[in-house]
Amino acid sequence: MSPEDRKYTKTHEWIKIEGNIAVIGITDHAQKALGDITFIELPAIGKVVAQGQECGVIESVKAASDIYAPASGKVAEVNSLVVEKPETVNQDAYGKGWMFKLFDFDAGQVSTLLGAKEYDQTVGQE
Amino acid sequence: MNSEFKKTPFYDMHVSLGAQMGPFGGYMMPIRYKGIIQEHHACRKGAVLFDTCHMGEFIVKGRRALADLENIVSCDVSSMETGQCRYGLMCNDKGGVIDDLLVYRRGDDEFMLVVNAGTQDNDFAWIQSHVSSDTFAENISDKTAKFDLQGPGSVKIVQKIVDEPVADLKFYHFQPNTSHGKEIIVSRTGYTGEMGFEIYSEPELSLQLWNRCMELGAEPAGLGARDTLRLEMGMPLYGHELSEKRNAAESGFVRAISQSKKFIGSKVVLDNSQKKNALVGINLEGRRAARNGDTILDESGRAIGEVTSGSFAPSLEIAIAMGYVENTFSSPGCRILIQTVRQNIPGVVCELPFYKGATARKAMKNFC
Repeated sequence: MSPEDRKYTKTHEWIKIEGNIAVIGITDHAQKALGDITFIELPAIGKVVAQGQECGVIESVKAASDIYAPASGKVAEVNSLVVEKPETVNQDAYGKGWMFKLFDFDAGQVSTLLGAKEYDQTVGQE
Repeated sequence: MNSEFKKTPFYDMHVSLGAQMGPFGGYMMPIRYKGIIQEHHACRKGAVLFDTCHMGEFIVKGRRALADLENIVSCDVSSMETGQCRYGLMCNDKGGVIDDLLVYRRGDDEFMLVVNAGTQDNDFAWIQSHVSSDTFAENISDKTAKFDLQGPGSVKIVQKIVDEPVADLKFYHFQPNTSHGKEIIVSRTGYTGEMGFEIYSEPELSLQLWNRCMELGAEPAGLGARDTLRLEMGMPLYGHELSEKRNAAESGFVRAISQSKKFIGSKVVLDNSQKKNALVGINLEGRRAARNGDTILDESGRAIGEVTSGSFAPSLEIAIAMGYVENTFSSPGCRILIQTVRQNIPGVVCELPFYKGATARKAMKNFC
């Protein structure tokens, strides 16, 4: 069961609003599907991203995948821990394994994303 | 949905162990259990098990079997003693590689060939059509199960699952052995660079021996780790480094190619003027991987070759790749770029193997 304190995309990102900042990561389902994560590239701080835009790369031993912005906004901070230790995402996708934060984000877009239950249904979980 | 793929005798066990399964060589095979990197390190430091039942085994025997095999495979066969294994290539008339294989010499006139899964039907048809009328060839793949026990910890385990002593077995040699009253074959070979064994038996016994190895501390490992392990050793994967379209000589596997005999394809393979490219190892800058099919560029951006395998290397903690480049770019130290979908990754041609700490060739007594 995915945490209910955040929203989800069909491309397996999560976004959690914390005051005037939105924190973004990938879901536990996504990290499991990728397997051991070996490389992460994140957007530059200050970059303006549009909802659905490719804004990062995540590679595992066997696969590579893009990270898409769940909502439009401006990159406020990136998680250097996951760049240095990509395995952090395998260990804690919803906590220490967050990817980047947005400010000036579009809260209206966030509200239309999938809830935890809907997301779990799309990935075939209980 | 998986009905088009065959299952090995170990299939149900893989599923019950929680393996992620995927298709390979016409079979549904375990890709990973707990995780590729963990399984990779377990092989370098401890002991792991690979299901290799998907691979093919052929018997070739008869008074002209030796001469036939000298014609069919690229490696020298006559100089092999009974009980020895040798790696070779099976080439077509144009010098392209039909498959890579191991030759086991079981006697003066009897051999076993071990071939890849996806190519085995084609291989067997090729062999049948190129042996003498009185040479007997049989595909024993369906009644032969095989698993690989690999890693420095494998020595202590292997002796506990077989009856006859294994201690004298030399690298790239095999021995007939017994277990639970049945005949098996133990060979000191593998695809990881580590000390290890390949164990051939009937399917039911094979599963029993696998389970015993797990009780003795060996961890199951999937094709994901098998791939990163072999890549770190610079070993080829058929369909990537080797194919029917590419001259076997370009692989640079000189020990697999006899320079002193004629074999099918040797006219091309032994003609140096036809060797335009060379297989090289490439150390990439950083952890981002290149992948099969990526274009290799020189520093000015001109295409000079193609990546055949690429991955993050768990033992080296950088990304590595193998690929073919024009001969002039094949010297270690040569700087190149790899064009991936997202960016050009700088790399440097390096000596193989990538990983220098492997244990396969060390004396077995160091691991007892």
